[in-house]
This record gives sequence, structure tokens and C-alpha cells, in this order.
Amino acid sequence: MKHKVATTVNGRRHEHEVEARLLLVHYLRDVVGLTGTHVGCDTSQCGACTILVDGNAVKSCTMFAVQAEGKSLTTIEGMAKDGELHPLQQAFWDEHGLQCGYCTPGFIMAASYLLSQNPNPTEDEIRKGLEGNLCRCTGYVNIIKSVQSAAKAMNGSKAKAGEHSAAARRS
Amino acid sequence: MAITTMIGAKIHRREDPRLVSGEGRYIDDFTRPGTLFLSVVRSPHAHARIKSIDITAATKAPGVVAIYTHKDFAKVIAGTMPAAPAFVAEKKQIPPRFPIADKEVAYQGEPVAVVLTETKYQSTDAANLIEVDYEPLPAVMDLEHALDANAPKAHSNAPDNVGWDLTYIPEDANVMKEADVVVKQRILQQRLAPTPMEPRGVLAEYSRPDASMTIWMSSQNPHFIRLFLAGALGIPETRIRVISPDVGGGFGSKISPYSEDYLVPAAAKLSGRPVKWIETRTESIQTTTHGRGQYFDVEAGAKKDGTLVALKVTQYLDIGAYVGTFGAFQACACLLSTGAYNWKHVSARTVGILTNRVPTDPYRGAGRPEATHLCERMIDLLAEAIQMDPAAIRRKNFITEFPHTSHFGLVYDSGEYEKAMDKAMEIAGYEKLRREQEEARKKGRYLGIGISSWIEICGFGPSAGTAPATGGIALVESAQVRVFPTGSVTVYVGTHSHGQGHDTTFPQIVADTLGVPYDMIELRHGDTAEGPAFGYGTYGSRSLAVGGMAVHKASKKIVDKARKLAAHIFEAAEEDVEFDQGHFYVKGSPDKRKALGEIAFASFGAGLPEGMEHGLEAVAYYDPSNFVWPFGTHIAVVEVDAETGAVDLQRYIAVDDCGNVINPMIVDGQIHGGIAQGIAQALFEEVVYDDDTGQMKTGTLTDYMIPTMNEFPLFELDRTVTPSPTNELGVKGIGEAGTIASSAAVINAICDALSPFGIKHVDMPASPDRLWNQIKASRGASHNGKEARK
Repeated sequence: MKHKVATTVNGRRHEHEVEARLLLVHYLRDVVGLTGTHVGCDTSQCGACTILVDGNAVKSCTMFAVQAEGKSLTTIEGMAKDGELHPLQQAFWDEHGLQCGYCTPGFIMAASYLLSQNPNPTEDEIRKGLEGNLCRCTGYVNIIKSVQSAAKAMNGSKAKAGEHSAAARRS
Repeated sequence: MAITTMIGAKIHRREDPRLVSGEGRYIDDFTRPGTLFLSVVRSPHAHARIKSIDITAATKAPGVVAIYTHKDFAKVIAGTMPAAPAFVAEKKQIPPRFPIADKEVAYQGEPVAVVLTETKYQSTDAANLIEVDYEPLPAVMDLEHALDANAPKAHSNAPDNVGWDLTYIPEDANVMKEADVVVKQRILQQRLAPTPMEPRGVLAEYSRPDASMTIWMSSQNPHFIRLFLAGALGIPETRIRVISPDVGGGFGSKISPYSEDYLVPAAAKLSGRPVKWIETRTESIQTTTHGRGQYFDVEAGAKKDGTLVALKVTQYLDIGAYVGTFGAFQACACLLSTGAYNWKHVSARTVGILTNRVPTDPYRGAGRPEATHLCERMIDLLAEAIQMDPAAIRRKNFITEFPHTSHFGLVYDSGEYEKAMDKAMEIAGYEKLRREQEEARKKGRYLGIGISSWIEICGFGPSAGTAPATGGIALVESAQVRVFPTGSVTVYVGTHSHGQGHDTTFPQIVADTLGVPYDMIELRHGDTAEGPAFGYGTYGSRSLAVGGMAVHKASKKIVDKARKLAAHIFEAAEEDVEFDQGHFYVKGSPDKRKALGEIAFASFGAGLPEGMEHGLEAVAYYDPSNFVWPFGTHIAVVEVDAETGAVDLQRYIAVDDCGNVINPMIVDGQIHGGIAQGIAQALFEEVVYDDDTGQMKTGTLTDYMIPTMNEFPLFELDRTVTPSPTNELGVKGIGEAGTIASSAAVINAICDALSPFGIKHVDMPASPDRLWNQIKASRGASHNGKEARK
């Protein structure tokens, strides 16, 4: 028996009929056709499938597609805007925060949630915030640097935006 | 010659924009019209006879298109899976291995049947309905007793469990008498699951009209896979195309051909439809080859003044149920066991033992981490025995003259071992750490400092050395450089990048050699339909020292031809034409110069010199004259909680030397990851089987402890640069260095921390329970322990 599921993925609405047991990660990859979300384990340890569900970081192998009914999903493909990399994507590039790249989408999505909750995390808070994601290539050193660098860039741009609005108010 | 501008520069990786955007294309991202999904039915037993396979219920399951067992595959797959000689030319037995079991299964996870269905989930459903009747047989799980006369046999028709028994250098019973102190130690190397974040996978499409096979797979080594499959499937290499796209890590586990690499293409041929199989993580831990799985009995002797006298090594290696394709490579642990030091006498023997576990094969470092670990442990044990500082005993015995010919006839090309150790000690603040350690001990806190001075053999390899080891194909490397009429350049290489950043570093080499802007150079790899006839793949830290040199060599052939054409255009003698930073000119007239791109355009035009062919392209095969020998010193600083056995890894310092550096950012990244994997072995990871049932107990990432971000400090890196005399670029390898060095540094630090308890050796993983038990035992037993408890 199939079930209707309607979601918004990266701002686009999708409607499909799916099996009740279809995992959200397989829905995204095989039904919606967005393969940037990866599968690295069977037991929700690795975090390669992390996406945002209504702004919360979720390992998309832990949800059924039907549970995403009516929800807004953001995947790695939805991070860049108008051809500009998201500051986290840019920071992972700048800081050599990836090697094989397989875990990277999950890390970027988990980090984007972390920074949404804590825009200026300490090294320890980054470690705690991303402990649900596994990387086998980097020893995590440059991932920590990437998140720090992205936080700095995002706070900088917010500060700039703040200055602009303050300037606007003054005028 | 062009001035170096790109070599040595920190260039950000050009592969990254697609990878950070979710636009990397890994094996599971590929599909073909009409693709069927394949699931493998695997043995739940370590050793059993297959009495019958009942597919009746599965055949009726939704979506099932075909079910194949041994009898079906025997029609389309010929021969057995390969086992290379590697470092053991003659084996006692190589159990014949067909990709799928017939009458007997010899490890948990061995394929027994496959099912093909229309959708992914259906294949798992149907596989569960296949009923296999097994008669369990006794399993060989105990490595130590596997050679006993009454031990069960890994294969029921085998005479014993000896895969190989080779003495490289026989023991001379008299030599230890020259030593003032002799230490003996058994050193365990637990089994490890390589666990790249992307599991393996294969997609195959067979064209009946063309009689050709296209295979997409996650491989470090697509050309070798094509070679093996051509033989097994009876299809000429020209009609097999293997494409290894973005690959999510390999660490050695994606070198050898696997059962599924044969079964999936064969199933595509049998069914007439494209077939796809993607490994689950449990399948990966169960059936992808393991690393290490050994123990060593080691004896070392020294004079009272610290002079090393003799080393005696016996390696007992758990081969697994079949001889892994490159499994005997791991015997190089014997050949590298003398490490960075002068030893007067050495003896070494390797014994390969068949068991009922999945085969072992190269895993990051492959034999060299084991060598460093045993050597560096023995050095520390000797230092302790003669009460000498661990740094001082190393300093006293370092090899200082190069080239150095080892007891095994291997020639170390270059090194400055003491310089690297000095630098690491300076960064660590070694003397200060020793004082802090002393102070801490007074307060009942156990700090430890561990040194690991490592060397490795890599850059495989010279044809004379490697052709016999692979069964005939020498591990040289190929490259093709094509210059287009507009001056842009495509480079095809036989290596495969899966995280190492070749898309960036190889064009850096080409940019300097040709003087062409970096952005005009593209690198292609991982598709056997492109480039030279054969490529040799990426493993053994060989890509730069062999593949990078092939790229350099092909680029120089381009310059040679372009110079001839430039001389013709300038109406000058060839020897009067200079080439500098991408431009040709006649000596004394640098203002009238022509860029390589202009010469390239001319090479496609009319009026070439007599006898010159059109175009500007070159193929080169590079055969190095020797291996290359990187080295360095790592220092770990730990604190062990004597009440819980928990290890706090506080600092990790690494000073490495890989010769000239093409891209420092990438080199550091390789070292980071390598260190992490060695620390993971030292502290966390272990594949555990139940010794009675042969069942794996660590079959998921819940049980197999891949470290998270919480487990490592930020590593402190530096380097020395001792160019390799072996190749023109002066480069060595760095992909495995971190792993080769780090387990010994961490364990030496732990042993140092626990020395007040009289603990001299700790095996891996140094988990809290293992350490707690050792501390507890020593407190009960020793005077030192009682002292320590105060």
C-alpha cells in the first residue's frame, strides 16, 4: 500500500506516493533525486545523511518519508544561494575540511544547525555539537577549523548587516 | 627550466566545490535504465557445509527477477580469485576461492546466493526468504593454536592451516649472547575494519549486441579490476570498461577484487539487465577485507650503553579463510622491523595462518604500522631495561649514512632521522614534559610521553621488485598528456584519487613542467576507457612518487617535441632554443618568444618539420629506480586515570619528512587523517569474533568504535624536507605515514605513564577495561604498584 507524502525540499514542493517503510534518506535520493545526502551506515551512527527538517538537524535514515509530511526539508543541495556557496561550504573548501567528501554534506548540515543555535561555539562546543557525525579522512582537525572559520564569516556578515541597518536607521 | 611557482604552493582543491555542494558522484548515485537490485545471501556460519539451498519461497516474492547460486555463476565465471605473491613468493597453500560458495563456506559473510529484484527493498525481502541448510563445521578462530596438530582445519579438505611459512633471515642462537640485556615481548595487532565512510558498490551493464561490459564501482584500482574480470568473464579488456567515480575513501580496502566485483557483472550478463549492488555497513565490516590481525613474538638485545645488538622477529599473521589478493604484502612488517636503526644482527620469519575469518589484506600502512609498532615498542623496552631515556637510545642508534642497505637488502634512499626527532622534541617541550611528569607522579597523576620514530617503504615500485610480487605486472605508472590547439591540457593518469587531491596536485606539477597556467590543465582518472593502456592504481603511498613522476615525464616529452617545432619556426638549431616558464625563444632573444600554446596551435597546422607528426601529446610510463623512504618522529602525551583506566590523549606532535612537498595543505591533511587512524587502533577499534561460534560481535558502528570528534586533540604538525634522490621531483609518499607512526607513539606514552606500576607493555586497543585490569593486577602483585597507589 502506498501513502501520499507532500514535502518542501530546498524550497520546492514535492508530492509522491511512497511505501510506508521508505526511509526519508531513500526518498530524497531515489524519489526526489537529490543524491548529495549520503548513507554510510545502517544504524544511525555516521551522520552522513544529516539534513534539516524544519530547521532541526535530523539523520534522515531515522525517519520514514511519510513522517516528513508537510515538513520543510533542507539538503546539501539547498545550501548554496544564487551560485554562491554557503559560508560553511566555503569554509570547508578554504580550510581543507574534506578529503573524500562522502561525510561532508552531513557535516555541513549538522554544523549549520549547530551555528543556528550557537553562532559562536567554542572548540569544545563544536566537538560536542558534531559528535554524531563520523569522518574517516581528516582526523577532524580541519573540520573544527572549518566550522570556526564559517562562524567567523557568518558573524562578520551579520555584524555587517547590523551596521547597514543601523546606518539605515540613522539616516 | 621553468621557475617553480606551483609546486610547493598551497592551492585549494579544485574537487571541493562539487563535493561540498552535494554534487560529488559516488557509486550509489549512478543508475541505468532497467536496473535490477542485487542482494547477497551470506553464510551466518564461520565454517559449514552447504547441504541444500531452497529458493522456492523467494522465487514467489514480489519483484524477484532471478536468483543465482554457484551453479549459475560457474557457467559465466572462470577460474579462481587471484592471490599475488607479494612478499611471500611461495605459499604452502592457497585455498581456491570462487566468488560464491559451492559446497562449503569458510567465513561468516561468504556469499551463498544472490537475488535480483526490481526495487531495492524487494531484494532484501526476497534474500531473507532463501533457505540454506547448513551443517556447521568446527571453526579455526584461535590463531595461537591454529597450527596444533589437532586443531580444526579452515577448509575441511586441507592438511593443516599453514598458508605460508617463510624465514627471511634465519636465527643465529649465538647473537643474543653479545647483548647485555635482552627483552622479549609478544605484541598483538588486533583485526581492524578499514571502514571508509562510503561502503563498496558495483553497477554493471552488459551489452549483448556489443558483447561489452561497463562497470561502475568504488575502487582504488579500476585497471587491475578490468584485468582480473577480463580473464574471469572471458571478455577482452577492450570490451570491459571500469569506471571508478568519486570514491568515498578506500584506505586499502578497495584495492583487491571482491566476490561482488565478479558476481554483479556476471549477474548482468546472465539476466540481460543492468545490476546494482551497494554494500551495507554490516556487510562492509563483515566481508570487506580486514587489516592487521597478527601477533609478533619479538626478542631484542642491547649493550648497557644502549647500542642495539640483535632483533628477532616472528610474525604470525591471520590470513583469514582465503589468501587475500595482496594479503601477503603485510609480511613486509618483517622487512621493515629494524626501523630507523642500525642493528648488528636481525632474524625474521613470517607465518601465515588460515582461519575462518574474512581474509586480511592491506589496510592503511599494511605491514609498516606493525613494523613501527614492534620496533618502537622494543626500543622503549630496551631503554627501560638499561634505564636510558627513550630519546637517547634512539639518537644513539639512528641510521645516519645514506643510501643505507638494510639486512634485507632494501636500500633506504635518504633521511635525517635525528633532525626530525629533535624538531618534534622541541615542539613538544620534551624536557619540560619530563619535569611535569615527575611532578604529576608525586601527586598520583600518571602522565606519559611516547616517542615513535618511524620510517616506511613506499612508492611501489621498481619494476624489478614489484613484477614478481604481483605475478607479472610491474607497478610502474602511466600518464598521457594532451595539449589542445588552444593550449589547454588534459592529463590522464593511471592512479586514482579518492580524497588525496590529485585533481589539484598533479596539475600543479604539469603547470610547472609545461609553464602552462594551472587553470588550463585538467586531470582525468578512474575510467579505463581513457588514457594509456594500463594504470596501476592508488595504494602504498605511490601516487606522487610514481604517478606524479609519470605525469612529469610525459610533460617533458611534450616540451621536447615543442622545442623541435619551435626551433623549426624560429629557423634555429634545436640546441639554441631555450624553454623558460612556458615560453620558447632563441638564446639571446628572449623578447621574440612563443608560448607553448602557440607552438601547440602550430603543431596542428601546416609546414611542420619533415618527418614530424601532427599534434602535441605524449604517453609516459615511469619506472622508479628504487622505493622511497619517508620518515619522521611523532610524540604523544597522555594522562592515564589509574582509577578508571581511561586515557586522555592531551597532545600529539608529528614531524614528518616526505621529501619535497607539492601542496603543503594536502600533505598536512593526509597526516591528520593517518594519525587519527593509528590512534584509533591504539585506543578504540577492534574487530571481535566470538571464538566459539565464529560470529562477529562488532558488525555495526554501534560496536565497532570509529572515533568521533571528541577523541582527538588538534594535532601539532611540522616537517623537515630531505629530498628523495630516487626521483627528479625529490618526492616521497605521505598517505600512510600518520598511521604508520601513531599507534606506537600512543602505546609508548601509555606504557610510560604506567611505568610506576611496573607495567611494561600494553596491547591494543588500550581500552579502559584493559588498562584497569592491568593496573589492578600490578597493584596486587608488585611493590612498584603499592608504591604507586600511595
